[in-house]
Amino acid sequence: MVIANGKVTSANETATDSHSCPQHIGIPKEIHPGEYRVAATPDVTKTWQRLGFTVLIEAGAGEAAHFSDQAYKLAGCEIVSDPQTLWGAADLILKVRSPEMHPLLGVHEAELLREGSTLISFIWASQNPQLLERLGARRATVLAMDAVPRISRAQKIDALSSMGNLAGYRAVIEAANHFSALLGGQITAAGKIPPARVLVIGAGVAGLAAIATARGLGAVVRGFDTRPVVKEQVQSLGAEFLELSFAEDGNGQGGYAKVMSQEFIQAEMELFAAQAREVDIIITTALIPGQPAPKLISAAMVESMQPGSVIIDMAAEQGGNCALTQPGQVYSHQGVTIVGLSDYPSRMAHQASQLYGTNLYYLLEELGGASDYRLELSNEIVRGMLILHLGEKPLPQQPTENGNTGEPAQESLPARQKQPQPPTPKASSPPPIAATAPSPSAASVSPADQDWTWLLFTGIALLGVGTIAPASFLSHLTVFVLACFVGWEVIWNVKPALHTPLMSVTNAISGIIIVGGMLQFLGDTISLPMILGAIAIFLGTINISGGFSVTQRMLRMFQR
Amino acid sequence: MSNNLQIVAYIIASALFILSLGGLSNQETARKGNLYGMAGMLIALTATLLGQGVSHYSLLVGVLLPGGMIGAIVASRVVMTAMPQLVAILHSFVGVAAVLVGIANYLQPNSTLVGAEATIHQLEIFIGSFIGAVTFTGSVVAFAKLQELIGSRPLLLPARHWLNLALLGITVGLGVQFMTTPLIAGLTPLLIMIAIACLLGAHLVLAIGGADMPVVISMLNSYSGWAAAAAGFMLSNDLLIITGALVGSSGAILSYIMCKAMNRSFLSVILGGFGSNSNQSLPGVDQPQGRVTATTIEDTVKLMQTAGRIIIVPGYGMAVAQAQHALAALTKLLRDRGIQVRYGIHPVAGRLPGHMNVLLAEANVPYDIVLEMDEINSDFPQTDLVLVIGANDTVNPSAIEDPNSPIAGMPVLEVWQAKTIVVLKRSLASGYAGVENPLFTKDNTRMLFGDAKSNVELILTQLNPHPVAVLT
Repeated sequence: MVIANGKVTSANETATDSHSCPQHIGIPKEIHPGEYRVAATPDVTKTWQRLGFTVLIEAGAGEAAHFSDQAYKLAGCEIVSDPQTLWGAADLILKVRSPEMHPLLGVHEAELLREGSTLISFIWASQNPQLLERLGARRATVLAMDAVPRISRAQKIDALSSMGNLAGYRAVIEAANHFSALLGGQITAAGKIPPARVLVIGAGVAGLAAIATARGLGAVVRGFDTRPVVKEQVQSLGAEFLELSFAEDGNGQGGYAKVMSQEFIQAEMELFAAQAREVDIIITTALIPGQPAPKLISAAMVESMQPGSVIIDMAAEQGGNCALTQPGQVYSHQGVTIVGLSDYPSRMAHQASQLYGTNLYYLLEELGGASDYRLELSNEIVRGMLILHLGEKPLPQQPTENGNTGEPAQESLPARQKQPQPPTPKASSPPPIAATAPSPSAASVSPADQDWTWLLFTGIALLGVGTIAPASFLSHLTVFVLACFVGWEVIWNVKPALHTPLMSVTNAISGIIIVGGMLQFLGDTISLPMILGAIAIFLGTINISGGFSVTQRMLRMFQR
Repeated sequence: MSNNLQIVAYIIASALFILSLGGLSNQETARKGNLYGMAGMLIALTATLLGQGVSHYSLLVGVLLPGGMIGAIVASRVVMTAMPQLVAILHSFVGVAAVLVGIANYLQPNSTLVGAEATIHQLEIFIGSFIGAVTFTGSVVAFAKLQELIGSRPLLLPARHWLNLALLGITVGLGVQFMTTPLIAGLTPLLIMIAIACLLGAHLVLAIGGADMPVVISMLNSYSGWAAAAAGFMLSNDLLIITGALVGSSGAILSYIMCKAMNRSFLSVILGGFGSNSNQSLPGVDQPQGRVTATTIEDTVKLMQTAGRIIIVPGYGMAVAQAQHALAALTKLLRDRGIQVRYGIHPVAGRLPGHMNVLLAEANVPYDIVLEMDEINSDFPQTDLVLVIGANDTVNPSAIEDPNSPIAGMPVLEVWQAKTIVVLKRSLASGYAGVENPLFTKDNTRMLFGDAKSNVELILTQLNPHPVAVLT
């Protein structure tokens, strides 16, 4: 049997790589300055252990997030005091930040990684080529938490979403902290307090969370995004969606935004300039994957804002959406506070660690747990996240075709249709790469190639028909092929709720075959063909009247 | 009526058929669509009857009238839960008609055809009869399975693929013989082929399990279309070709949608046997761990009273228990109290594409609260209570969580993300796919055992102890 995402593997494939199953997970203490998170809370480590892993944790790893070593010990973890021992003993290192120079040991964390072991953390590979080289030299297998594909099945693993959600919340809290008025409006005995006006630019996970939080505190919220599809989501949270009169869809791959045209940016900037004069708080979350953050708020716009206003630039780490942002700094420019922090999730380390650890749990589960651990390239999630496999870059990734509606769950139907089924079951699921050395040839038979084969076959077949068949047949064939296409186009529009009536109508219509019976009534005498035709007519008529009347009966029942 | 007029009438009829299918795209225009279909049929039949050379009107009327009456009577009597059977048996009629037309056409040789045209004509008769025969027995077996005249378990003969291949091979052989034999003498290979095609059709459907019935029915729907199209080719009748092609592609698309909803390839479905190749690989691993929490009517009622958002997920079990009317009353009561009630329908729920929608419509559930899987799946986390009624495989979390499950990768309704789930079920038996359902042992799942219909009725009476509120 052939299954699209190739989850089914035969028994022998599973057996071959059982010896390489990792058993020990290591959680090092985060060394990045100001990073309070830890890859797992004591509760989460219990769930990992349920998957069959043993968990080693560096002493004090959870301290900053308010989890004591004692709590981890109670949860069944082994406390390791020396980081070097921990990195050396673990088959799988799970952490939050990408590896960096260890300030106490004076070694790069990548060097600590045991040769051939696996690292799962945020990597940001495109921004960190040297890090990849270091990891490659250690023959490490690396899964990047920042590269989880945006499909609905992977949502529970998507740490960018879970962290973005917290960050959006925290951004509003920070803004409220620096803002010297109430966010919600009130009418008090001492007078009327107007609500604060908040503009949120970029309605991704963080932006939406910010909108919801600001709304919750009573502010008047406006949202903007280059992707018109998020309009409904913004509105559903009670915010106003700002629109340009300019039509261009900013939806890029995987539900992320893309770079827009010059004219669009012009119109956009005018909108922001007008908004800046009106609003009290601007929260920007605009990011384009693999690119520096777009500059959306100019110095002039900042200066046009009311003194006491606040700008929260959540893209500070990628250069900032505001021209005046100083990454990592909070400072005041002509009375406007500009917050360039980038550690929002870390400021809620307790909660963030819980969510991140749970994301990791679902990833470990997806990989089969300790007993059934497999990195299968046929698994879309693994294919997306795998940055290095035993030090090698894996096969080139195929861009996925989904997410064009902003809703990662959507898969576009026509894209699927075009993929013809591979002829044999074996061809459908590439073997797990842990079993054999990765061979580039495995990926060479792409669906596009098969499309060509089919086209070629159809072409040859048509050529054959064209040379042999008489003209009368060809005219009928024309009608037939065109009718097939018309049917194809028409039927795709039918709602699933109406599939049963559709069947009974098509059934009634296929009773048209009695025309064939009627055409046997040609001679003067009653002949055998005529009798056969009569029987056909009798049966077909049952079909026609039965089909139409039962459809009518069904359709009458559908009511709003 | 002249030939040209007839062709014009056929064009109108074809256009009406296309409009008819187009009209079905949504509920508002659907009834008009059906009327277009009827008008098209009327025009087509009238044009054919008035066409040149058609005679013996008394005999024609003698078969048309009783046929039409039988159809209308059956259609007005059939209960909505028996819709799959009705559709299946009606398909078989088209199959028989195609075979009969094929034979009749062969017996009435058209002497004007020579050379390649004659060969093609022969081939069309042969193929048309073949498809017709496969459709016929396939539909009859599907009918018998749905009517529970025979068991719905797949019949898995050893080497069944080879058997199918052998039957196909014989068919091709007979085809060669048929083509090379002079007129009338070719009747024998033709009839033998029809018998073999009948065997093939029956065997194909026998090997397919009950859960795959939506695919089978839509596949047979497609075949009946192709059979009509083939008849059109042999009679050089464009109306038949167009109509057949429309019906054929309609059925093919439905089959594709159904297969996609089960994450299975079309081939693996029609070659039969759900679970036949997956059960052996993992004996007994699917046993769910954990405890099943049973609940009572009272507790369920309490849950409903405190819930703000409820989603009801029906499956074939609802149809079996005839619970749709009680459910509709419950829906109305809850909605009157300001509780949001919606339905989530899996594409393959039931035994026919769209089966659940028809049953709920019959019970007067408004169609705008009946949503498809893709529309509602993201709403489960914000839902307080999910009622699962007679659904099993379509709400099985192992499709997503367990890569070794036979249904792994099949899109399912993710009901377990709701706050609480109440599953109305007779027992803990597994569904058609034969897979254990870990949903039943989840912490937030409650099992309400017993007959779905009487349980829903009991909930109704408890929820509404004073059905007639009299103000004094």
